[in-house]
Amino acid sequence: MAVRGSVGGIDRPEKLAEALRAAYYLADDGFATAGYLALALGKPLLLEGAPGVGKTEAAKAIAGIMGRQLIRLQCYEGIDAAAALYEWNYPRQMLAIRQAGDEPIDIYRDDFLIERPMLAALRRPESTVLLIDEIDRSDPEFEAFLLEFLSDFSISIPERGTLRAHERPVVILTSNRTRDLHEALRRRCVYHYIAYPDPEREARIIMMRASSVAEATARAIVTAVGRLRQEPLTKPPGVAEAIDWAEAATLLAKTGAPWPEAFRRAIGVALKDEEDLAFIAPRLDAIIAEIAA
Amino acid sequence: MTVSALPRAARPLLDFIALLRRNGFPVAPEQSLAFLRAIELLGPRDIEDIRRAGVATLAPPFERQPDFDMLFDMHFLGLAGALSDQVADSDEELEVQDEGAGYDAPLSDDVNETGQAATAREALSRRALRPGDDGRQLAQFSRHLPARLPRRRGYRMRSAKRGGGFDLQRSLRDAIRTDGELILLRRRERQLRPRAILLLIDVSGSMKARSDAHLRFAHALVHAAPRVEVFTFGTRLTRLTRALRLKNREQALGVAADLVADWDGGTRIGDALAAFLAVPRFAGYARGALVLVLSDGLERGDPAQMIRAVGHLAARAWRIDWLTPLAAATDYRPETAALRAVLPVLDSVANGATTERLCRHVLDLSRRRAAR
Repeated sequence: MAVRGSVGGIDRPEKLAEALRAAYYLADDGFATAGYLALALGKPLLLEGAPGVGKTEAAKAIAGIMGRQLIRLQCYEGIDAAAALYEWNYPRQMLAIRQAGDEPIDIYRDDFLIERPMLAALRRPESTVLLIDEIDRSDPEFEAFLLEFLSDFSISIPERGTLRAHERPVVILTSNRTRDLHEALRRRCVYHYIAYPDPEREARIIMMRASSVAEATARAIVTAVGRLRQEPLTKPPGVAEAIDWAEAATLLAKTGAPWPEAFRRAIGVALKDEEDLAFIAPRLDAIIAEIAA
Repeated sequence: MTVSALPRAARPLLDFIALLRRNGFPVAPEQSLAFLRAIELLGPRDIEDIRRAGVATLAPPFERQPDFDMLFDMHFLGLAGALSDQVADSDEELEVQDEGAGYDAPLSDDVNETGQAATAREALSRRALRPGDDGRQLAQFSRHLPARLPRRRGYRMRSAKRGGGFDLQRSLRDAIRTDGELILLRRRERQLRPRAILLLIDVSGSMKARSDAHLRFAHALVHAAPRVEVFTFGTRLTRLTRALRLKNREQALGVAADLVADWDGGTRIGDALAAFLAVPRFAGYARGALVLVLSDGLERGDPAQMIRAVGHLAARAWRIDWLTPLAAATDYRPETAALRAVLPVLDSVANGATTERLCRHVLDLSRRRAAR
């Protein structure tokens, strides 16, 4: 395991938090520490948390401050190696064989290889950040397949042999916890659970992300969202929804709607489930009256 | 590297890892190594650095985070505390919130035998299971089941005679042998894998006559199919899968009977299912699975809760079948408001009055396998 100590001038958790703030991402101490350790130890960073707490945003921000390209692999049920690793460009290989005629030809050259996210990250580890998004959506078999990649950062292509990264790539995995990940996968990663931010930090996040939103609006939204998260909703509003709600309400208020009305009419960007809306409807007025006061 | 070669300052850290292991946290050697390296990297400047390094590198499961903090405080700060009672067996059993405690029907056996009086009251009890006379039937079921499990498309491909898609990779490999001339087009298709099965057994008073047989059925199912999860519910939700994995049936049922604390008590299906869905690990068992609910659907809690929970369950599951002993009557119509309301999301409401009917229902599923 290569311990680097400092990556791109980041040699303490505080430095990472500072750099992330400059990239419009407010990290708490736990996240800064986990992020720094992942970079320094050269291990993948596994982020878990409810949908909309900013897991993907965190990955984007880390790629941003390191000045690297973010390669995103979105997982889904049934994702396979051809979508994640590499694929041979069979039609081109066929054409090349026909064209070559009697000439000997190597059909396993680079230009017949279609690069998929994991291979791309492996080949250019110094200039990329690999984001494996929503790993909990993939099949357990795919998770097992990831293990080889994440422990020694190598990929076996039968026709070419084993490709190994010349330095440890930065890999970030996210999971919404719709199912438990395998223990072996957790073991290989540096782990951080992103909880909902505390009200103070959430208000700062809203103002940072949506510059048009006034401080009073941001605080009101944070209070309302906090109330909504205590209700048994199918999909409680995340930070992203809070930002959207604040922006939408501000926009409506600018076009002339009075404040309580603006909050109410914009609720659709915070709660996106018909059942949830129906469930909360009787109490919504009380919540909005409280925050508009 | 032996322990004695480590600096003396590392001792308490290693002791902490040993303490975690003793308390059921799985910590791999590479994680201990990462933990020590992380602390070296961080300085450490204060005790919180060590705590954060521990959380990041040792990755305690989220549900057990409070236990982790407690052990940490105890070890490094000398604070005393008590582990939550989930430590021993994590979340194998969780109590359903007691919302229906206000009203209840009298809990006498002769009323309950008919299944007419389900009660919302929690009456905890234990019982010894009676051996059944369905051994031959279950043996037959176990023999036939592996070939007739419902299946899903898997991750891996395998070569196919017809159907599926072209296997360009293999065809091309063959073509090289014939100078680039494609002579044989090979095909490949996704392998089929058995679907997960989730069995939810009602052990409330109104199902008393059937619950022994249901557990025997569950035991046969766990051993005949590769991915089966079994839960019982009444006023609580209990996971029985681990107990039922014991090979010997009498032994397994004995352990299972001791695990379930709410035999023949009240029925709060909605609360139990909501509790089931609230644990992500449990809810994940339902994804794409065949869900079998063995219950009469006589809900005494809030029907709205049950309707919502069954809706969510149905949205995750491949199909959800409600097997009720009441359906033995030919003119059976679901009567309770809750069961009537969930009818549209159920794939079938079938007769579950005898073990034979249960077995036949499961075996027949592969016959009318949907295209999906």
